[in-house]
This record gives sequence, structure tokens and C-alpha cells, in this order.
Amino acid sequence: MAQTSLPGTGLLKGLAVTVKHLFKRPATLMYPYERNELAPRTRGVIALMDENCTVCMLCARECPDWCIYIDSHKETVPPAKEGGRARTRNVLDRFAIDFSLCMYCGICVEVCPFDALWWSPEFEYSEYTMDALLHEKDKLREWADTVPPPPALDEGAEAPAEVTEAIAKAEKELEAAAQKEADKAAAAEAATTEAKAGGSGPKKADEPKVAAGEIDQETYDALIAEGKSERIARSKAKAAYVKKEKARLKAEADAGGGDAEAAPTPKAADIKVEAGQIDQETYDALIAEGKTERMARAKAKAAWVKKEKARLAAEAESAAGAGAPAGEEAEPPSPTDAAGSDQAPSTDAPAEEPAATRKLGDVHVEGTGEIDQETYDALIAEGKSERIARAKAKAAWVKKAKQAKLDEEGGA
Amino acid sequence: MTVLTSTTALAQAPSILDVGDGVVLPILLKVALVLGLFFVVPLVGGYLEHKVMGRMQNRRGPVEAGPFGSLQLVADGIKFIQKEDIIPRAADKPMFALAPGLALVPALLVFLVIPLGPGVFAVDLELGLFYALAITSISVLGILLGGWASANKFSLIGGLRAGAQLIAYELPLIITAITVAVMAGTLSLVGIVEAQANFTLPGLEGFNLWFVFPQIVGFAIFFVAAMAELSRPPFDMPIGDSELVFGYMTEYTGIKFAMFLLTEYAGMITMSALMVVLFLGGWQILPGVATPGCEGAAGIMSCDPIGIAISVLVTLAKIMGLVFLMVWARVAYPRLREDQLQRISWLVLVPLSLANLAFVTILTVVL
Ligand code: SF4
Ligand code: SF4
Repeated sequence: MAQTSLPGTGLLKGLAVTVKHLFKRPATLMYPYERNELAPRTRGVIALMDENCTVCMLCARECPDWCIYIDSHKETVPPAKEGGRARTRNVLDRFAIDFSLCMYCGICVEVCPFDALWWSPEFEYSEYTMDALLHEKDKLREWADTVPPPPALDEGAEAPAEVTEAIAKAEKELEAAAQKEADKAAAAEAATTEAKAGGSGPKKADEPKVAAGEIDQETYDALIAEGKSERIARSKAKAAYVKKEKARLKAEADAGGGDAEAAPTPKAADIKVEAGQIDQETYDALIAEGKTERMARAKAKAAWVKKEKARLAAEAESAAGAGAPAGEEAEPPSPTDAAGSDQAPSTDAPAEEPAATRKLGDVHVEGTGEIDQETYDALIAEGKSERIARAKAKAAWVKKAKQAKLDEEGGA
Repeated sequence: MTVLTSTTALAQAPSILDVGDGVVLPILLKVALVLGLFFVVPLVGGYLEHKVMGRMQNRRGPVEAGPFGSLQLVADGIKFIQKEDIIPRAADKPMFALAPGLALVPALLVFLVIPLGPGVFAVDLELGLFYALAITSISVLGILLGGWASANKFSLIGGLRAGAQLIAYELPLIITAITVAVMAGTLSLVGIVEAQANFTLPGLEGFNLWFVFPQIVGFAIFFVAAMAELSRPPFDMPIGDSELVFGYMTEYTGIKFAMFLLTEYAGMITMSALMVVLFLGGWQILPGVATPGCEGAAGIMSCDPIGIAISVLVTLAKIMGLVFLMVWARVAYPRLREDQLQRISWLVLVPLSLANLAFVTILTVVL
């Protein structure tokens, strides 16, 4: 610039800058009278939640200044139940941080696996003597009351891992509950269908079991007429009744199964039974056998799980027959994918490269960084970053060029 | 020439402190004036420096001691007095103790001749300018002595740098002062002020000018040389804290250190006062403007008390303005290297001031 060639301009510029600052508001914060809002993660002082501390000694060992002092003793905890094993536990006797040595690196806070150490933004703990900077457990515990809650997330930020996990878990539970509801509804529907068809009293659809004690009147009459004794006739008639009833129920169940297909069915792999329920029948039987309550409960649980699984598997099987269209749904994506990547060159260049190079590998194309505008536009429209879109579009261009060359050669 | 007549008439004007017939009272009053000037005005200058420098650096400067921190330097002085007075074992003890005093006393003695207003001075020496320049250059002896007596290499280098620097910049300073004396036709400081009130350029009679207008180059030379004389940044090579710890003051603590500091601040005031007298028309408000309450020659002499008060305030305001300029330069510019420092003096300022002197002398003789 012409200005700088003039001697002394720089000197004047210096004066101008400084005099401009003379009239600016000083940046000083009048500290004891006014205070800054400190960031929530400010490293002011280290607080200890001693109830969380397990005396694992990680902090003391990792501290670069060796300024954390921990004393503890072991305590024997009597077994929780009779016949159990007594356990030992570390009890914290002393926990002190020497802030005259601490360099506020934060490693101790970082390394504590039990959230016992925290940063607090309090910083006004200067002392007249150095040894007063050795904060013992009680003092460190007091600082814990000054630890602020974590700051709010930025808008649009990803939720922290713990939260996403918790949400996922809750969602899964909800889904499972819904599934159960659906199962129940399906079962109820089946039962209703059956009830309509059979007209008999409510019977469990999954248990083709016949109430004993009834006799088949027809058979009975025939046997009596044959001159059989009343006792024999009755027993045979009973057996006949059971046989008939079972056959009838089976026919009904088949019909009901057809209806049940309409209801949403679980996939075979998903057959998972919630534990904690017991099979009452088994339980009663075992108790009657004189088994202990605990044993009976355990076995009944196992029995319930087994039954439930069997039931679910049966349901799934019946669904699989009717669920062919649903099964087909799972297949198409791969052909569609393949077709898609063939049409629109390389939405996902690396994935298709191996297939393409078998044919295109021998072809060499000279490129100077050209990009396939179409692909680029498409990717940008998809919201991809400019960098990624450019890279992919380049790859697409190379592929196209190779294909063109190949075609040309083929034509020749 | 009018200049000559007016100065001869007013040389060795009486001080207003010469009251009564006794000998003791005027002396006491004069001592009080000089000591008051010496201890109060440098503190005001120091406060100005703290505040201005702070504000230029987006700080506030002192705020706690006294209203707006105005008593900060007083508090500092009290603190310095309380500090332990450490003398290094290897130091030359008598010389070590003598050095701050040797630097301080000349700074004090300059105030004897500095006129603040009509009659407001201790003495009006016929050789006032000569006296002022001679006595300020004694300060460097104290600095050299302190640097040597400290038995510390940093102190010694600092002292030697100070010696070299003061010799280099004394020259343009004195030559420029002589130039002004030639224009004024007198060495009396009161006479120089009076001469400026009557000064006109040939062909522009009736248009009063201070010496700063025809002598803008001389003023610039004097200003730069004065800052260098005082070892003020950007000419603070003798202290150069980034390389010499604190130069010749490295080993000094407590009250002795405070004396060196006071010397520097007092030096700022005396140099500014000299510039006011030599170039800026002394206590005259503006060129050609008579001070209210005054009726003497050029409207700046023979004043009533109000006129005297106005004159004194005008002088002090001008001094503070120059102190502000020095602080401004200090904030704006980085420290010069030793060779640049010597180069500026010997290759720029000395030839320039010599040419200036020759030019002015020839003109004065010819006209
Ligand atoms: S913050 Fe202090 S106590 Fe914690 S590890 Fe670092 S130095 Fe040690
Ligand atoms: S790392 Fe945490 S739990 Fe382990 S001793 Fe230190 S504070 Fe206690």
C-alpha cells in the first residue's frame, strides 16, 4: 500500500490503535463485587461423595502429584442369608486431597469408576498457610453440595449413551407388552371362534383336554342292550365319549387355526418367554407330592416356560403357513438394492465396486477429478455433506467412464 | 529586537515567595514549594500513567486505594517503606546506599528553577536552562553507581546501557535547548516564557507564536531525547526486564527502589516542565491570549492571585498533557534494540539538531 511506504505511518497507526482503546470499556470484571458466571464444568475444587467411594484407590494411584491420601480398613459383613458366605468390605477412614500440590488436571475425577469425585466451581478457598489446603474427607464432602447439575445439552445434540440405552430398554419392554397383548387377543379370538363353533362351555383352545366323568350315552345304551354289565357299559361309554370329544375338538382347533392366522404372529426367532410365571398345575402336583415349596416353585416355573415356548412355537408355525407374503417381504430388498445401485450409479460406491471391477477392472480411465453431476446433485439433495457427495460423484464418474469404454470396446 | 529588550527587562524576576523582610520565611516557603512539587506532582503523573496505561490496555488501572485508586502510589510508597532493605553481600555497601540518593537529589533540585506561573518559582537563575540541563545529567551518575555497586551482572549491564544511552541522548537534548535559548535570547526559564509571549515570525507581526510552531522539529527531538533520558519505554533498554531482570534496579528493594522510581516519575515531570517552558509558552493559556487578572508585559506578568492560580493550573495541565503523550508512546511502541537506540541518536537526532541549531542561529543573526 502507498500508506506503508510513507515513513512514520506505522508509528501513527500504533498511536491510533492505543488511543482507540483508551475510550473503550475496560474488560475488567470487578471481581469481589461482581462475579462471572462460571462454566458448570469449572475446575474449582474437587468434591467427594464419600458414600460412593469404594476405596478402589484408582484416583490415588492415577494422581500425577500423588496428592490424594486414602486410609481404609476392611470390615466383615455377615452373610445376608443363613448359610451364606460372609463378605468383606472396604470402609473409608480418611480421604484427603492436598490442594497445595494438586494441579487440577482432573484425572482423579475422570478415573473414579463410582462417581465419587466431582468438580465443583468453587474456587475461593485460599489460605494463609499451606497445610490448610489439605482438605480432609468432611471438607471434601461439603464441597459435594456445591456441585452443579450437568449443563443442558445443546439443541439438536445426540442424547447421551445412558439415556438412549434406557429409552431403548423401555421401548423394548413396551413392545414386549404389546406383543403379549396381541398374543392374548389372538388367543381370545381363537377361543371365541371355537366357542361359536362348538357351542360348548369355555374351553382352552390350546388344551384339547376333555372333562372326564361324562359318558357317551349312545355307546352306553348299545352296550346295555348287548347285555353288558352296567359298570362295564359305563366305563366303555366314558372312553367313547372322550374319544369322540377329542376328535371333535381337534376338528374345531383346525378351523380356529385358520382364523388365528389373521392375527399378527411373532417370528420364530423371537420366541421369548418372560420368566417369573409358574405353571400352577405342576406346582400343585408337586406340592401334593410333598416337595418343598421352593422346589415346587422352581420346577413349576420351568414347566411354565416350556409350555409357553411350545405354545408360541406352535402359533408361529401356524402363522408361517399363512405368512408367506410376509416372508416374501424380507427378500425383495436385496434385488431392489442391486437394481437401485445399477440404475443410479453408486449411491454407495465402495459396496458395489467389487462386482463392477470384475468387468471394469481391466479398463483404465484417465480422470482429472471430474465428477458425475447427477450423482452429486442427488447426494446433495439427500442432505449429504458436500465433501462426501463430491467423493462419491467422482467414483461414479470413473465407473461410468469405464462402463462407456467397455461398451465402446464391445461395440468395436 | 523586541525579544531582547523584553527578556533583559525581566531576567531574574522576583519570586512571589520573597515575602516580608526576613530571610527564614521565604526560604521555608521555597523549600515547601519545591518539596511539594517534588512529592505531589510526580504522584499525580504516576497516577495518570497508571490510569491511562490501564485504559489503553482495556484495564481499569488502580481502583481500590483512595477515590478511583488515586492514592495507589501513596499506598505503594508506604508499602516500600515497610519492605526489608536488602543489600547484597558482595555489594559495595556505601556506594550501593548512595546511588539512589545520587539519582534522586538532582531530580529534586531541578524543581528549584522551574517556573509554574508568574513569580511562582523558587529562584529565577540567569542560567536557569543551563542549570536544569546540567543537574539532570547528574542523575546518570547515580544510575551508573547503582549498577556497579550491586555486584550483579544484570545491574552492571543495565547501568552501562543507561550511561551509554544518557550520553547519546544528552547531546540532541542540549543542542535543541540551546536552539531555543538562541531564539529567546536568554537562558533564564522565566525569560524564555516571556520571550515566547512576545515572539512573532518576521513578516507576521501581531501574530504571536510559541516556539513549538517554528521549532516543531526541535520539539520532536527534545521529546524523544527526553524520553530516552528518562529510560522510559520504548527507550527502556537499561531496565529491559525481558533480558536484564530490572537493569540497574535489580538488587534494590524497599525504600531505595522507591527512590529510583520516584526519580523516574520526577524526571517525567521536570522534562515535561522544561518542554512546557521551552516550547509551549509556559503558563500562557494560548499564543497571544492574555491571562485574566494579569496586566504585565504580554499579558502574562504582574498578576493578581486569581491570575497566578490560573497560570499555575495552565502550566500543570500542559505538563500532564506531555506526561500523557509519554505514556501514550509507552503503550504504543515496543522497546527498541540497543543498536537501534544508539543509531537513532547518533545518526538521526544529533545531525538533525545540529542542522536545526545552525539554521536558527544564522536566521537570528541575519534578521
Ligand atoms: S486433579 Fe489434583 S488430585 Fe486429581 S489427579 Fe489431578 S493433581 Fe491429583
Ligand atoms: S477412584 Fe473413586 S471410588 Fe476409587 S478410591 Fe478414588 S474416589 Fe473412591
